[in-house]
Amino acid sequence: MLAYTMRRLLMLIPVLLGMTLITFSIVHLIPGNPAQVILGETATQSAIDDLERQMGLTEPYLVQYGVYLADVFQGDLGQSLRTRGSITNEIGPRIAATFELTFFAMLWAVFVGINAGIISAWRQNSWFDFLAMFFALVGVSMPIFWLALMEQWLFAQELGWLPAYGRQSSVDPIEPITYFFVIDSILHMEFDRLVTVLRHLVLPAIALGTIPMAIIARMTRSSMLEVMKSDYVRTVRAKGSGQFIVIYKHALRNALIPVLTVIGLQTGVLLGGAILTETIFSWPGIGRYVYEGINYRDYPVIQSGILVVAFLFVIINLIVDLLYAFIDPRIKY
Amino acid sequence: MKFKFSFLLAIMIAFVLVLAACGGDDDDSESEDQDSGTEDTEQEDTDSEDDTDSESEGDDAAEGGDGEGGTLVYARGGDSESLDYASTTDGESSRVTKQIYESLLDFEEDSFEIKAGLAHDWDVNDDGTVYTFHLEEGVTFHDGSDFNAEAVKTNFERWADPEHEFAFEDDGYVYSMYGTMFGGFQGDDGHVIDEINVVSDHEIEFVLSEPLGFFLQNMAMSYFAITSPQALEEYGPEISENPVGTGPFQFENWSRDDQIVLSKFDDYREEGLPVLDEVIFQVIPDNAARLIALNSGEVHIMDGLNPDDAAGVDSDENLELYTREANNVGYVGFNNEKIDDADVRRAINHAIDRQAIADALYAGYAIPAVTPVPPGYLGYNDELESYEYDPELAQEMLADAGYEDGMEIELWTMPVARPYMPDPETVAEIIQNNLSEVGVEAEIVREEWAPYLERTSAGDHEMFMLGWSGTNGDPDYFLGPLLHGSNVGESNRTFYQNDEVDELLDQAKRAVDQDERAELYQEAQALIYEDSPMVPLVHSEPVLASSSVVENYVPHPSTSESLKEVELNQ
Repeated sequence: MLAYTMRRLLMLIPVLLGMTLITFSIVHLIPGNPAQVILGETATQSAIDDLERQMGLTEPYLVQYGVYLADVFQGDLGQSLRTRGSITNEIGPRIAATFELTFFAMLWAVFVGINAGIISAWRQNSWFDFLAMFFALVGVSMPIFWLALMEQWLFAQELGWLPAYGRQSSVDPIEPITYFFVIDSILHMEFDRLVTVLRHLVLPAIALGTIPMAIIARMTRSSMLEVMKSDYVRTVRAKGSGQFIVIYKHALRNALIPVLTVIGLQTGVLLGGAILTETIFSWPGIGRYVYEGINYRDYPVIQSGILVVAFLFVIINLIVDLLYAFIDPRIKY
Repeated sequence: MKFKFSFLLAIMIAFVLVLAACGGDDDDSESEDQDSGTEDTEQEDTDSEDDTDSESEGDDAAEGGDGEGGTLVYARGGDSESLDYASTTDGESSRVTKQIYESLLDFEEDSFEIKAGLAHDWDVNDDGTVYTFHLEEGVTFHDGSDFNAEAVKTNFERWADPEHEFAFEDDGYVYSMYGTMFGGFQGDDGHVIDEINVVSDHEIEFVLSEPLGFFLQNMAMSYFAITSPQALEEYGPEISENPVGTGPFQFENWSRDDQIVLSKFDDYREEGLPVLDEVIFQVIPDNAARLIALNSGEVHIMDGLNPDDAAGVDSDENLELYTREANNVGYVGFNNEKIDDADVRRAINHAIDRQAIADALYAGYAIPAVTPVPPGYLGYNDELESYEYDPELAQEMLADAGYEDGMEIELWTMPVARPYMPDPETVAEIIQNNLSEVGVEAEIVREEWAPYLERTSAGDHEMFMLGWSGTNGDPDYFLGPLLHGSNVGESNRTFYQNDEVDELLDQAKRAVDQDERAELYQEAQALIYEDSPMVPLVHSEPVLASSSVVENYVPHPSTSESLKEVELNQ
C-alpha cells in the first residue's frame, strides 16, 4: 500500500509537467496580446509596447516557459500580469474558499444522494422511487445559474432568510488564519461568526451540490439494485437480519465502489468548475480566479490555476483509489 | 427503519432552518432591516424617502462599530487591478483611489467643470506655458507626513521618468495615462511638461514646452493624484496594495476579488467630512445577483444596473435610480481608405436607425449621437443634427453614387460588451437589417478582442464597431485620438485624414482660452459631420441604483465619484 502510494505520488511529476506544457501551449494559442487586452481600446501603441516589454512577453515562448518552470520548481507560481501580485499569495485564500464550498456541497450531495438512491432501490418502482428519480433527472438537467438565481431571489430577496452573496458578512469580517472561515471562526471561538459563515454556505452549497447529488442518487440506485439481487444479500436476509442491517451493513458496502468513483470525479469537477456558482454568489474561489485570468490573458494565472486544480484532481483520485481498499478488503495494491 | 431515514432528513432540514432563522448575527439584522423597510413603505406611503428613521435599529452603524456615520457597502462588478492609480487605466481602480487620494484640482460633483482640490488657487501666464498652483497648507497624508510642493514634484517625476527611483519600472509599472495625457514621457518629443519648479513649500510651478488646452482638466483627473512620498519610500512597488494619500478615506484592507475596506480619515482637511465611518467596495460579478443583494438590503449602492431593470428600480420605493451623464460614444466606423466616397458614408448614416438601437438596447438610457463628442462637453456643437433615419433617401443617395444594384460590405463586430455597447452582437444585427433595407449586404465579421483591436488598427476592416470613453472631460480626448490624422493606424481606426480638421484640432489643443477652444471644436465637428467618417450611434447613460437610505450620492460621469458627503439616513 505504501509502495503503491509512493508510486502514485511519483507519477504526479510527469503528469504535472505534461499539464504545464499543455496549458502553456494552449494559453499562448489564445489569440491576442495581454497588453492590448489589459489596456483596452483607448491605449496608445507605445503604451502597449511598454507594457508588453515590462511583462516579459517579448521573450521567445521557450524562454518564457523555461522561466515559468524554474519558478514553479522553487514553489513560486509567478506574478499575475494584471495585478502584479504574487500568485502564490493570491491563490491560497481562493483554494480555501473553493475547498470549503466544495466540501459542503459534496456533504449535502453525498448525504442526500446516497440515501435517496438507497431508498429508491429498496422501494423500487414505489412513488418515492419515481419522485426521487424525477428530481434527480431535473437536478442533472437544471442550469446551475438559474437555480442559483432562483435561490437568491427566494431566500435572500423575498424571504430574507439567507444572505445572497459572499463567504461572510462584508461589514464584520473574520481575521483569517487558515482562510477556511468555518475553521477560522472556531479557532477564534467566535460562534456568531461561525453561524454567519454557515449561513453564507447554504445557498451556494445547495446550488453547487445539486448536480452531483442527482448523479450520486442515480448511481447509488442502480448499483444498489444490482447488489440487492446478489446471492449473499439473499443469504443475509435468510439469516433473518433486519432491513436496515441488510442494506447499510451488507449491501451498501459493496454497492459503494462505483458510487465512490463518481463522488471522487464530481469533487474534482467541483474544485475546478464551480465558475458559475462562484460568480453568482461572489465566491472568491479558484474557478473565478482562472476565469478572470482567461479574460485578461493573464498567462501565469491561467497556468498556475490549472496546475493547482490538476494537482488537486490527481490527489483526489489517489484518495479515492486508496479508499477502495478500505471499503473492499479484496482490493489490494 | 424508515423512521431512521426520515429522522436524519428531519435533522438536516432542521439544521438548515436553524441557520436560516437563527438571530443575533449581522446578516440577520440586515434582513430584519429589509423587512422593516418594506413594512415602512406599506404603512406610510406618503412619507418621503428620507423619513426612514425606524429602519435604523440594528443595521450598519452598529455593525461598523465605530461611530455615527455607519458603513456603506458599494457593490460593483469587478475588482480593482491596482490601487496605484497612475499605473493602471482601470475604472474600477480609480473608483476606489478617488476616495483615498486627491489631485491638485477636482471636478465638480456631476460634471467635468474644474474646481479646487489640493491646490486652492492657480494662475497661468499669458501664453499658457507656465502654470502655478497654490497648495493647501496643513494637509497631511494618512501616514502623518506633510503634503507639500516637493510631494507633488516627486509624484509627477515618478510618472515622467522611467529611471526615477519610484518609477518601479522593473516591477512592471507603466504610466500609460500620463503618456497619453501629457504627450509622452521625459525625453519624448511631444512631452509637454518641461520643468517642475518648487517655488515655496506650498507653491509649485509647471513649465510647459508648448501650451496644452486641457492641462487643467488633466490636473483634476484621479489618475494624477498625489501619493505620499514617504509611503513610496516605505512600500516601494507594493504601493499598489498599500495606498497612502490625503483623501477622505484611508485604506484598511483588500481581499482580492472580494472586497476593499476603507475607513474614515480623522484628520481630513475638510471639517466634518467624510460623514461615513467606513466604505466597503464589494465585488459581485453577476448583475442580477447584485440587484438581489441590493433588494435584500445587504448592499447600499450598486453600479452596473441592466438598463432593462431600471424601470423596476424606479418604481420601487425602497430603491433610488441614478443615471450618469453620458461620457462615451458607441460608433460604427468606416475604413475611409476603402469606403472613400463621402456620399456612400452619408447614405449609410441615413440608413441606420439610432433611436431604435437606443430603445432596444439601452431601454432608452442613451442619447442618439451626432458627433463623437458627448453632449455637455466643452465645444459640443448643438447646431448639428443627427443624420435622419431615412432608408429611401439613403437608397437614392447610394444609387446616385453608382450603387443602384446595392453593395457588399464587411461589418466587424466587437466580441466584448462595453458600457457604450452593452450588446454588440445585437447592435450588429440591427445594423445589418437596416443596411439590407437599402440594398447593402453586410457580412458580420467576428474576431477575438485583442486581435480585433490590432487588426482594426491595421486597417483590415471595411466597417467596424467600437466606442470611446472619456476620462478628463475634454473634447480633445474624443476628437484627437479618434479622428486626428496623426493617430491613423493607432487609435484612429477610421483612417480619416482631413488636414483642415487636423489643423483645427491642433489649434484647439494649444489654445488656452476655453471659449476660443470651444469654437474651434465646433468648427471641427461641422467638418467631420460633413465628411461623416463614422456613424456615431449613441452616448449611453449608465444606470445605477441605491437603497433609499443613501443620501447625497451623486454619480460622476467619469464613474469615479467621491463618497465623502454620502450619508446613510437611518
